[in-house]
Amino acid sequence: MKAKVHVMLKNGVLDPQGEAVKHALGSLGFEGVEGVRQGKVIELDLADGTSEETINEMCEKLLANTVIESYRVELV
Amino acid sequence: MKAAVLVFPGSNCDRDMAVALKAAGADVEMVWHKDADLPSGLDLVAVPGGFSFGDYLRCGAIAAQSPICKALVDHVNRGGYALGVCNGFQVLTETRLLPGVLMRNAKLKFVCKTIGLQVETSNSAFTEAFNAGDTVGFPVAHHDGNYTVDDDTLSTLQDQDRIAFTYTENPNGSVSDIAGVLSENRRVLGMMPHPERAVDQGHGGTDGQALFRGLLSQFADA
Repeated sequence: MKAKVHVMLKNGVLDPQGEAVKHALGSLGFEGVEGVRQGKVIELDLADGTSEETINEMCEKLLANTVIESYRVELV
Repeated sequence: MKAAVLVFPGSNCDRDMAVALKAAGADVEMVWHKDADLPSGLDLVAVPGGFSFGDYLRCGAIAAQSPICKALVDHVNRGGYALGVCNGFQVLTETRLLPGVLMRNAKLKFVCKTIGLQVETSNSAFTEAFNAGDTVGFPVAHHDGNYTVDDDTLSTLQDQDRIAFTYTENPNGSVSDIAGVLSENRRVLGMMPHPERAVDQGHGGTDGQALFRGLLSQFADA
């Protein structure tokens, strides 16, 4: 089985990289880009039967820093 | 004082840290990240700067899960001292021994220069050889030093006098110009600037000596 973990900065946490991407899009001539948030996607190749609880534990312990990041698990 | 310097793949200030501690009079042992135990009778664990595990995932995140960091957490929970500099600070926040996170510098640039710091408190072994309000010069060299905490934690840090150093000119966007913070028991210090790179005239300054001197004096009679 596979799982995708989406890690994003929590709302309210300033994302300097997202801001830089926003400015770069603006300078390429794309208008109306009002905000950019950059996160990451982590794909996990897992033994069948791995519980969602275990995947959540992986996120809490390592994949996300929950001080500033939130995560969402998507079973594929 | 007996000190250990942790070494991870990608550490690059481990030797400098050991030299600074030895120059101040400490017995120093280097400890590899795969070791599960720290040397016995240890007073201080120093977590050096560098790019442990290539900064993969998040700076310090992989190092924080290494066997030696479990021993580090136990050491701190027993009341032991720990000093984390630069990547070491990032490791200490990832182990949650210190609050907050070091995010990418606000201007997205790697900052490498000597910078002015204000000593905010002399109430810790690390800062007692300074006077609160002193201005000192330490080198910084980092890409991810933008200290971020939520408002409640920031108030707690301020109320408990746990901000050790602030930048006189903020190089990275850190909240309230914070350059270094102390744990609640004041025995763990994490800071982005490098005191170990300011202990010899050849470094261009010796302001860092006072930090190691203060630390050593804590154990002078032990």
